[in-house]
Amino acid sequence: MSVFPDTWWGVVLSYLAVFAGGGLLCASAQMFIIKTKLTPARILVIFLLFGVFLQTIGVFDFLKSIFGSGITVPIVGFGAGLAEGAIKGAQTYGILGAFAGGLIQTAFGVGAAVVASYIVTLLFNSKSK
Amino acid sequence: MKNQTLFFKNKPRIVSGMSIVGKKEGDGPLGKYFDHISDDPKFGEKTFEKGECKMFLKAITGAVDKAKLNNEDLDLLLAGDLLNQLISSSYVARTLSVPYLGLYSACSTMTEALTIGANFINDGHFKLVACATGSHFATAERQYRYPLEYGCQRPPYSQWTVTAAGCTLLSLKGEGPAITHATIGKVVDFGINDLNNMGAAMATAAADTIYSVFNDTNYDERDFDAIFTGDLGRLGAEILRDLCREKGLELGQKYSDCGEMMYKREQNCYCGGSGAGASASVLNSFILGKMQAGEYKKVLLLATGALMSPTSSYQGETIPSISHGIIL
Amino acid sequence: MTEQQTKEINARNERYNKYVESVTPKTGTFVSLLKAFVIGGITCVIAELIGDGLSTLLPSLSDELVSSYTSMIIVSVAIFFTGFGFYDVIARHGGAGSFLPITGFANAMSSAALEYKSEGLILGTSVKMFTVVGPVVVNGIVWSTFAGIVRYLVMLIFGV
Repeated sequence: MSVFPDTWWGVVLSYLAVFAGGGLLCASAQMFIIKTKLTPARILVIFLLFGVFLQTIGVFDFLKSIFGSGITVPIVGFGAGLAEGAIKGAQTYGILGAFAGGLIQTAFGVGAAVVASYIVTLLFNSKSK
Repeated sequence: MKNQTLFFKNKPRIVSGMSIVGKKEGDGPLGKYFDHISDDPKFGEKTFEKGECKMFLKAITGAVDKAKLNNEDLDLLLAGDLLNQLISSSYVARTLSVPYLGLYSACSTMTEALTIGANFINDGHFKLVACATGSHFATAERQYRYPLEYGCQRPPYSQWTVTAAGCTLLSLKGEGPAITHATIGKVVDFGINDLNNMGAAMATAAADTIYSVFNDTNYDERDFDAIFTGDLGRLGAEILRDLCREKGLELGQKYSDCGEMMYKREQNCYCGGSGAGASASVLNSFILGKMQAGEYKKVLLLATGALMSPTSSYQGETIPSISHGIIL
Repeated sequence: MTEQQTKEINARNERYNKYVESVTPKTGTFVSLLKAFVIGGITCVIAELIGDGLSTLLPSLSDELVSSYTSMIIVSVAIFFTGFGFYDVIARHGGAGSFLPITGFANAMSSAALEYKSEGLILGTSVKMFTVVGPVVVNGIVWSTFAGIVRYLVMLIFGV
């Protein structure tokens, strides 16, 4: 659901919000790279946990209605998706549902990544640069 | 201060040298000096590791061929590389089936091998010793950093592992520049822990060994036609100049770094090359050529090595480094 | 080593580290931020376009499925870019702009899978596929499970 009206300028505005949201998240991660000696792996985990946190306190859906893919495509969205699934799972199946929900929610993307990686491995080789 | 320098009075000579590099290094400023440039990073083999072995083997057999000798004439092979358990060197030694000592001193293995080899030759234990080291971008990258296709941005002060191998034959008989002194370095650690900034860590080791060389031999920078370090890179070389200046040594135009010389600035190799192959290939092409042509009469070569592993650095250890020097 | 010596060495190391810091060139701040912003932003816009396209073509799809299919598509495209060997070329410029989006996750996974092909599909590719993305997957599962439990308890106690 988007907060923007269903007119042509509403669509333009929503795309601008996507661009700005995604860009700002990436630029702030880049700031971590420049200002600290954190490795990409640690920065990814920080942003992932940020997403889990946003979902847990319940503001992620509001941000998503503004920024759309701008916040769901960065790793923040992956964290929020995992948390969303875990919360839904717990509310549907009881406390043990929290263990399965996150994986169910994100299984489309992760499954595609594993299978596509396997196929690509069969087709290509690493190249020396 | 303890004496760290060996003096070889029988003058073990470099009778032959061979250098092999990859395409990127061949495109660099030193391209025309190298004996062989391979366009195939796998050297016709199936994997990069096997390619590195092939490169290594070619360097050794090439050096033997140049001296118009056979592989059977080799009395000893001293070799080392950057891979775990020294697989490249040991598998080459398997193929050659000559007596072999595997050495590891990271990127300073070339001068370590020359020090040991010159000592054996000087004392008459062996007649012909081959000293060889090499490194390969693809295999080192996988072991020390990330997968090749992984998209990550390197900081501008990082270095690029060279794909190169070099082999030097030492003997008392024959023509060629003699190794007169060798200085065995100490392990030095100034608390640098940034894996991308090995130049800064190794510069301290190079500075330490330079003082020892000058202190033990009574030479100073004016006695040398050229001074080379192994793979400090552009940043490390600048730091070394600063460190020497602090002690009143002005290295000036005579000093250059093999890793820095390896690539042009526009080749996107950040601060230049690193790896055991850098000093080995530059010694056996550029330096040896200039000495044979008489342009250089006295050269100091200090290969530098960073002695950390990914495990030690994940455990929060700093980067210890070492530098061994030889005087030609 | 006496305490005095240790202290001296630490002081020396600190001095040297400070000096190294002062001579080390930094990543050009403004340019790299701009590149990360633009490349990250464009990645998200492409995903949004794919999502909008999907919901126009297949109006019966729920929003949830649209976003799942979108992520499947961009992940697969990023993995094929990796296979052809140009994802890392983009990433050299993009920095965080190319590793923060889910496409970077896909690139990290597939690059590890490709890299270790030389050790075979079982002991190489299959074992090492998660070497780079492992931290993300593990922390994601652990902390989201924790989040689910917390929200469950909150629901029991406060009814929300």
